[in-house]
Amino acid sequence: MDFADLTAAERQALQHCEHAILGRESPLRLDCGVELAGHRVAYKTWGTLNAARSNAVLICHALTLDQFVIGTHPVTGKPGWWDTLVGPGKVLDPARYFIVCANVLGGCMGSTGPQDRDPATGQAWNLRFPVVTIGDMVRAQAALLDHLGIPDLFCVIGGSMGGMQVLEWCASFPKRVFAAVPVACAARHSAQNIAFHEVGRQAVMADPDWREGDYRQHNTVPARGLAVARMTAHITYLSELALQRKFGRALQNRDAPGFGFDADFQVESYLRHQGATFVDRFDPNSYLYITRAMDYFDLAGAHGGTLANAFRGTHTRFCVMSFTSDWLFPTRESREIVHALNAVAANVSFVEIDSDKGHDAFLLDEPEMFRTLGGFLKGAAAARGLPEAG
Amino acid sequence: MAALRADLQRVADMVERGARALDVGCGDGALLEWLVRHRGVDGRGMELSQAGVNACVAAGLSVIQGDADTDLRDYPDDAFDYVILSQTLQATREPREVLRQMLRVGKRAIVSFPNFAYWPVRLRLVFGGRMPETRSLPHKWYDTPNIHLCSIDDFRALCAEMGVRVERAVVLDSGGRAISLPPLIANFLGEHAVFLLRRDQGVGRS
Repeated sequence: MDFADLTAAERQALQHCEHAILGRESPLRLDCGVELAGHRVAYKTWGTLNAARSNAVLICHALTLDQFVIGTHPVTGKPGWWDTLVGPGKVLDPARYFIVCANVLGGCMGSTGPQDRDPATGQAWNLRFPVVTIGDMVRAQAALLDHLGIPDLFCVIGGSMGGMQVLEWCASFPKRVFAAVPVACAARHSAQNIAFHEVGRQAVMADPDWREGDYRQHNTVPARGLAVARMTAHITYLSELALQRKFGRALQNRDAPGFGFDADFQVESYLRHQGATFVDRFDPNSYLYITRAMDYFDLAGAHGGTLANAFRGTHTRFCVMSFTSDWLFPTRESREIVHALNAVAANVSFVEIDSDKGHDAFLLDEPEMFRTLGGFLKGAAAARGLPEAG
Repeated sequence: MAALRADLQRVADMVERGARALDVGCGDGALLEWLVRHRGVDGRGMELSQAGVNACVAAGLSVIQGDADTDLRDYPDDAFDYVILSQTLQATREPREVLRQMLRVGKRAIVSFPNFAYWPVRLRLVFGGRMPETRSLPHKWYDTPNIHLCSIDDFRALCAEMGVRVERAVVLDSGGRAISLPPLIANFLGEHAVFLLRRDQGVGRS
């Protein structure tokens, strides 16, 4: 495959991970009705699949994250986003598990997305790319597992949008999931969350450099729009307390307010930095598509309006996890998932972690999260008959 | 593993091997863990305190945060072989409704509780003139979670009124030994009681 069309970031990413071209024989049929034949899935694996093929763990990443779970990120140079949880001696130890993480369909770290060429026209998809859903992402992952010869997963785990994928996995492929850990997520995207996403998308689309999505063909980047989108979103990932503690009203490199609109306050400077660095690693159209996928997620809606229907007959062991200060995916949303699972008498644990770090807590050093998750996985591994790590 | 507390062991003895059991108010998960490990029970727990829940999950048990008074309603009929409520009934807001829900969700229920007609309790109230404080009822009247205390005979009466069949009733003395004496005397000498209950046909369904 020719990567010449891809963005520099994507080419770099693909040099540092595996990829598979899937769906050539049986195209991936998207929820919107479009069929994708020969779509690319970029992924990374750690550890070894055992002889019984029973130790596979799929990690589902969040909105702006990717398959570079641990190790130095080839594009940003930063440490992996879940190196607190994954790695030798960690809760998800590659010595014990075969760990897989794939860039989502519609993403911009190597998997097929709006920046690719439409094979039918030879032109870049851009906004002509079909709108994808969480269900489409999961079906693309399932095709990857087929490709890798993994019949079923010991565990599927993910936070935020990753947690949505976990729930979708359990609803769509219940027999392929032994244990599931949806973290800091919800069974449907709330009005408030859709609202925040819409603000972000409008910021991107209001940038004149967006060019109706054809910015690459115009050699422009809607950097200001995407940065504003990221700044807004970033606030929702934190908590008021965390922001106050970290910045308060502290001024940035000055002793007094400047009576202007420079970044007087440290919190402004911080957000501007977050926005500016995001532009270097994330594709603006991809941001539109992936936020849309989250907005469309409504597992109850897809099952006759009753969430429990999504899990009827399930044999999966669940560990639902939330954080006290997460106001983007508050605990009550996790509790709704638990209620639905109880309604079908599923095997479920529910842990709420006391943290003041907001939604992003799931990415941070939260010992209570590691302790409870470790216990859950240990119990599940024993039930699955996996040998102890060694 | 440490031995189970005597009253919990009596509860555990009533659970058949390999059964599906829900322990409501499972605390630190001691009973649940014993049932899973030693009886091969498909065990779940519900616990009010999040700290207790997290400790249980960290121990590999399937436990959720929940309230006996409100959250049993989530479960479908006959979801479990046993629903266990040890030393918690007296702290629920609506013990009768909790019992009804337990026997809807479970084919059987196991309930253990402190006996308010235990003789030292009677003595403290009758002769001391103060609200009883004993080893199994250690709280002051103003901060006790035990808002619906009952005697063994009270509990039997409730079961009879609800049409609940008592399959077994074990009365324990202060050393956790089973007392086999006529009910009137057992109600005087027993510190705790453990009941194995089964709904009669039609009872417990809403």
